Amino acid sequence: MSKELIRLVECRKEFDGEVVLDSINLAIKDKEFLTLLGPSGCGKTTTLRIIGGFLKPDSGKVIFDGVKINDVPPHKRKINTVFQKYALFTHLNVFENIAFGLRIQRPKLSEKEITRRVQEALELVALKGYEKRSVSQLSGGQQQRIAIARAIVNRPQVLLLDEPLGALDLKLRKDMQRELKQIQQQVGITFIYVTHDQEEALTMSDTVVVMNKGEIQQIGTPVDIYNEPNNAFVADFIGESNIIDGIMVSDHLVRMYGRNFPCLDEGFAPNESIDVVVRPEDIDIVPVEQGQITGTVTDVTFKGMQYDIIVDFQGFKWLIQTTDHSPVGAKIGVKIDPDGFHIMKKSEYSGLYGDYSSYSAEYDELSADPGDGGQEDE
Amino acid sequence: MNRSSAPAGFKERVASVWLPVKSFLERYRRQSFAYPYVLWMALFVVIPIILIGVYAFTSAEGGFTLENFSGITNYIPVFGRSLWLALVATAICFIIGYPVALAISRMDAKAQRIMLMLIMLPMWINFLLRTYAWMSLLENTGLINRMLAAIGVFDWINAMHSGNPNYTPITHFQLINTNGAVVLGMVYNYLPFMILPIQSVIVKIDPFVIEAAQDLGASSRTVFRKVIFPLSLSGVISGITMVFVPSVSTFVISRLLGGSTNMLLGDLIEMQFMGAAYNPHLGSAISLIMMAIVVICMSVMNKFGEGEEQAVVM
Repeated sequence: MSKELIRLVECRKEFDGEVVLDSINLAIKDKEFLTLLGPSGCGKTTTLRIIGGFLKPDSGKVIFDGVKINDVPPHKRKINTVFQKYALFTHLNVFENIAFGLRIQRPKLSEKEITRRVQEALELVALKGYEKRSVSQLSGGQQQRIAIARAIVNRPQVLLLDEPLGALDLKLRKDMQRELKQIQQQVGITFIYVTHDQEEALTMSDTVVVMNKGEIQQIGTPVDIYNEPNNAFVADFIGESNIIDGIMVSDHLVRMYGRNFPCLDEGFAPNESIDVVVRPEDIDIVPVEQGQITGTVTDVTFKGMQYDIIVDFQGFKWLIQTTDHSPVGAKIGVKIDPDGFHIMKKSEYSGLYGDYSSYSAEYDELSADPGDGGQEDE
Repeated sequence: MNRSSAPAGFKERVASVWLPVKSFLERYRRQSFAYPYVLWMALFVVIPIILIGVYAFTSAEGGFTLENFSGITNYIPVFGRSLWLALVATAICFIIGYPVALAISRMDAKAQRIMLMLIMLPMWINFLLRTYAWMSLLENTGLINRMLAAIGVFDWINAMHSGNPNYTPITHFQLINTNGAVVLGMVYNYLPFMILPIQSVIVKIDPFVIEAAQDLGASSRTVFRKVIFPLSLSGVISGITMVFVPSVSTFVISRLLGGSTNMLLGDLIEMQFMGAAYNPHLGSAISLIMMAIVVICMSVMNKFGEGEEQAVVM
């Protein structure tokens, strides 16, 4: 997991005069599970298609193993793809689907070798015994496994996965996430995974690349991305965040709501205007008299594990996740530990996110709607 | 609780009859829209076929006979020529039509619409007129021969043979009244029926499936051979059917472009019903045999497309 395998240098792509990728710089290490994460139209699929060779960047370089491959067509790259809607060959059975890549390899592989490797791949995706089935007889999850087997059987150095689980239901998706991670560790190749589902990205990845509007917002491990978001966009897109206007009074001291709070961040200019992120689970509800600040509960939603409550603090609504029930209209105080604050520099996204005034129970479903996730770049 | 146990009154009796009828109508409501067509088919397709069957096995006196079929042996050359010319025309349509269909399906939506319209355009003109037009082009004194004469082609050919005393100078090429002219007529008239079904199938191939094949290492030739062509087979079969069947049974094209010596099955059958050789019993027998040949050809064709959506048989 040390050697660099792929590097994108200043890659730029326009469609009909609209910039979909703006100067992307990205290094991908060998045997890494890297996820391109972002909302529809952020350029993640375009980035994937450039790596796969289905699109050429208008400018910039694509480097694979030290060699520039901008002009190498897809069939000559040691990269295979698992497509969003599987794209299986409906005129071939399961065996022939998986054997497709092996059969066109030159020098020719022996029939015995092909059979052996197809069996191996089927075993890897837990579909042994399905060789003779027609692909149209398979369920969505099974078709997805065949698509993975078909790509992996060629022993590529890199596997590209374009929202491969988008069409599956939630339960199956969770199982497949675990399985994909296992497969990646078993075959030991680089996975580049595209998704708009932040949870999926955090669960599986070694590295997450958060994208928006054709630009990379942040690159980091899942933990870094969650705990140390670069800007309001990342903070809002990964998990839930309350993002409040604040001032960094000095190192370890942030001011908001006219009060100073101790925090752990440092390295900002004195009295620099900043964005404060407070995760909903880092907030403790305390009696009003003990609270650092006080507010009124305006909405409560039962979520099973916890309550999502919306609290109005001087007109700015926060989301708090708590196991204690507070009724609507109750006055509560809150307390936030110093490590509950995360301070971010102001960015173009400041003020756009982090207010829960429009929050409703359906909010989660809306933002998690897989909808046309991968089609945005067409 | 208080339900009356008295014998069923009038209302109940009506209901006992009407309700099953009503539920039947409701259940088969959609199907009932097809009844007019089913009736039409029964009257004008099924009954005539039965009549053909009856005629084929009876003599002019009305008794059962197989003579009509034994008489057919005289016409084996006509069967052979019909099948052969239809086969050649179908093959040419396929060779011309497939690349056209492929090319059209790769154009953008607007260009596709325009191209399809251009292909359909000749069909807006009456079939007979179009064939007559070919007649006037191919005739010995037709447009093509006159043009060739005008640019001196015949003078040039005659001059080449000027040393040969046995040579008779030519003034035209024999274009009309040849097998070639018949095949030309078939190809010209039926080519759209080859292009359209193939194009409509190729357009529907998921572009990601093609990308998947490229991704797995297939060059564009391999992609065509192993993915696009196999996936377009159902269209090919429909196209072949839609060209072969009318070609094998045509009589207008052979009559107008083939002349009296190049009789095809269609002409033969027509003669038995409308012409001087009036013998509907023999005509019915020939028709039955032709139907059998067509059905056999098509079922063989459909074997190739197994697993894909089945092509229309007729």
